[in-house]
Amino acid sequence: MQILTIILQIAILLVIVLLHVAYATYFERKIIGHMQVRMGPMLVGYHGLLQPIADGIKSFFKEDVIPAQADKPLFLFAPVICLVTMLTSLAVIPFAKGWVLADINIGLLFIFAMSSLASYGVILAGWASNSKYTFLGGLRSMAQVISYEIPLGLSLVGVMMLSGSLNLTTIVTSQGNSFSSMYLFPQIIGFFVFFIAMLAETNRVPFDLPEAETELVSGYITEYSGMRYALFFMAEYIGMMVMASIGTICFLGGWNGPFEIPFFPPFWFILKVYGFIFFFIWIRATLPRYRYDQLMELGWKLLIPLALLNILLTGLFKILVH
Amino acid sequence: MEQLGIAEQLREKFTGSILGIITHRGQVTILVDRKDLFRICQVLKTDHKMTHLNCLCGVDNLKRKGAHLERFEVVYQFYSIDNRTSLRVKAQIPESDPVVDSITSLWTGANWLERETYDLLGIVFNNHPKLERILTAEDWEGYPLRKEYALRGDKEWKGLEELREKAVRLRKYDFYGAQIEQE
Amino acid sequence: MITLTDTQTIDIPVQSGDEDRYHLKLGPQHPATHGVLRVDLDLDGETILTCDPKVGYLHRGFEKLAEHRTYAQNIVLTDRLDYIAAMSNNVGYCEAVERLLAIEVPERAKMLRVMVCEMSRISSHLLWLATHALDIGAMTVFLYCFREREVLLELFAELCGARLTTTYTRLGGVRQDVTRSIMKKLDKFVEDFPACIEEYETLIDTNRIWLKRTIGVGQVSAEKALDLCLTGASLRGSGVDYDIRKHMPYSGYEKFEFDVPTGETGDTYARYRCRMEELRQSNFILRQCIEMMPPGPILGKDAPDLIMPIKPANKLEVDVPAKNALITLIEDRDVFMEGDIYVATEVPKGELGFYFISDGMGRPYRMHIRSPSFIHIGALSTMGQGVMIADLIAIIGTLDVVLGECDR
Repeated sequence: MQILTIILQIAILLVIVLLHVAYATYFERKIIGHMQVRMGPMLVGYHGLLQPIADGIKSFFKEDVIPAQADKPLFLFAPVICLVTMLTSLAVIPFAKGWVLADINIGLLFIFAMSSLASYGVILAGWASNSKYTFLGGLRSMAQVISYEIPLGLSLVGVMMLSGSLNLTTIVTSQGNSFSSMYLFPQIIGFFVFFIAMLAETNRVPFDLPEAETELVSGYITEYSGMRYALFFMAEYIGMMVMASIGTICFLGGWNGPFEIPFFPPFWFILKVYGFIFFFIWIRATLPRYRYDQLMELGWKLLIPLALLNILLTGLFKILVH
Repeated sequence: MEQLGIAEQLREKFTGSILGIITHRGQVTILVDRKDLFRICQVLKTDHKMTHLNCLCGVDNLKRKGAHLERFEVVYQFYSIDNRTSLRVKAQIPESDPVVDSITSLWTGANWLERETYDLLGIVFNNHPKLERILTAEDWEGYPLRKEYALRGDKEWKGLEELREKAVRLRKYDFYGAQIEQE
Repeated sequence: MITLTDTQTIDIPVQSGDEDRYHLKLGPQHPATHGVLRVDLDLDGETILTCDPKVGYLHRGFEKLAEHRTYAQNIVLTDRLDYIAAMSNNVGYCEAVERLLAIEVPERAKMLRVMVCEMSRISSHLLWLATHALDIGAMTVFLYCFREREVLLELFAELCGARLTTTYTRLGGVRQDVTRSIMKKLDKFVEDFPACIEEYETLIDTNRIWLKRTIGVGQVSAEKALDLCLTGASLRGSGVDYDIRKHMPYSGYEKFEFDVPTGETGDTYARYRCRMEELRQSNFILRQCIEMMPPGPILGKDAPDLIMPIKPANKLEVDVPAKNALITLIEDRDVFMEGDIYVATEVPKGELGFYFISDGMGRPYRMHIRSPSFIHIGALSTMGQGVMIADLIAIIGTLDVVLGECDR
């Protein structure tokens, strides 16, 4: 019976998250459209509201082309790795008090592990396609993920030190219920590092080098089509949501808000996550792309020292207070 | 006129190599012997500050009448940005030996212009780093800008012929390589 | 799902000593090559060891074709050279032929030519900025630029019926006079445009990533730029003050007040600044055009007719056999004099030169087009050596090439 409940919960979560993903694409296209003096999708449904569904159906029924020279099993498997790891990390995210599938006490580490695994999907996709652009895209992605995993992890060490836990629910509850007790303020350096590393980790502008359209055509997804392409796309958006959730949980006080919304406790959580996603989109519409060596420089020479400094300051703070 | 002055100076310097000076619609052309072409260009660049190479092209003189005209000629147009003067240099090239010295060592930008001239007219440039076809395909036959080259040929390009044969040959296979059953 | 019946493997032999190199053929189908440019690259990681541009995918043999068509018919060909700024090519071609055949152009037509030239310069630079920014990754600028470009293209359509392939000029003048509605719309555009330029600059001018991606990238010194025969903003970015509108004024440019912006550093950013400044100067010239536009005819008295006359309108016209030429010319002038001429004009991409040889017939004996894009792509192999792939894309963008003009 308990297993059935869990399966039901998983199913509900998946459906809700995938719907959110679908509408996050709509959200992105509309916002970027309006930022770029155009309309965005308008034709399918009222103001294009059914566009994500039409896109989903289209990509589902599209021909799935596999290059003759590709490493077939890996080529087929790579997008699945990306999507599954991203979906798995959703399990430990608390959407509201008690609204979590698996309240494990290494939640944060689990998410890091999963997001590192997702990069295997990207690298394998780049390698298995046996095309030069995808290969370069895969290489870039590998280098980028390795370099930015470190500042991403280090930037959250401060949060761990303050809350004394890796459990995401504990991190939220330890931030208290008021605005001023959010970890954003004591951890402002950590938040800065986290935000930039988060952009890089999800391959978003200005760090979208693995799929830099004007350099590598489409990077590691050049050879993919139809549903497999859509899987990568979904993985990217779920990755965005997971990262935004981590940011919300660790720095913005999770589901806590100025007042409680009856019957729908995750309201503030979702609002904050969408706030993050809006920032993602805003940055995409504004910034150009970094060059490969500049990206490395930023990661290793700026973000890692800053994250280490943040850990040092947090440690000193803790020693002085106690 | 400044251009004519430069032309006269050159005539003094390269006696015998300057075959003539023509003025037409305010533009001065000096006809030079192709043997001294490179040196004249060098002098123009260094002594007369003709630092900008406007244009380099070849001409097929097959249908033109003129006592001094050989089969081909190459035309160089120079401009001095400092002195605001321009000058055109022409050298005649006989059909039997269509060779002229390359000026790529003076202007790197002349590289492609010379390649183009070679490609379209078949004029060979000595000491050129990479004299290959540029605008037409590598296996192109003939030199399109020569006057005897017809505007519309009587046969198709052989690459197209091969492609057609291949299409006929592969007609019995479908997109994925499986043999289509004959009806 | 597709299944393959047989898997083939291709073994490309690798030369010894070459094992670490990665050969990449960038293009001809690639989003950042502005058409059908192909660049063969040898890579070491992301760094380019050798860079070998290949052109000719769009070669249509215009120079050969022009020898078989009359001077008037060839105007149409020039549209297809730099299809982004067809007006400038039309003007460049007609200026050259008019110098060759000594045809007078009335003042109003000259002014109209300057006007459309500058309009097409703005539209071309806007497209350059849009694609250049897109190449570097700034997406929004792209759409902002297209918004203003649309206004200009609509004006072109109103003026001559086509947005891109305009064929606006005629030997001895222009095809259509401007209407009051066009002037009104242009006036509004000229009024609004400076604010738009500021808008683009707000987006990228001081953006740190933009600066990082452009400063020091594709740097050429003034000597090197002259050596590579660069022209236009690519040359002026290196600090050489060479603008044909000032050096060899044509079509009445000497009457206009404008500055020629030059850079100092010769890198991608300097060229970007130059072109942005040129946008302002072009707008200023347009303003002067609107204010100074003289009345009068738009086609010269001795302009050749384009259409075969059914009967001679006046006795000055000679009978030219239809086979030889579609144009009629005034008898008592030696227009069909033998001779040659080189006339250069400043088009948005650089120096567009036409070299003509006339042998006294109604068709050019030889027409050579000195196209800036061809020479700029030739410079790519020098400029692209030792940089990273992302920089190569930026350099292709900053050279502002159009393959239709390059391959002719």
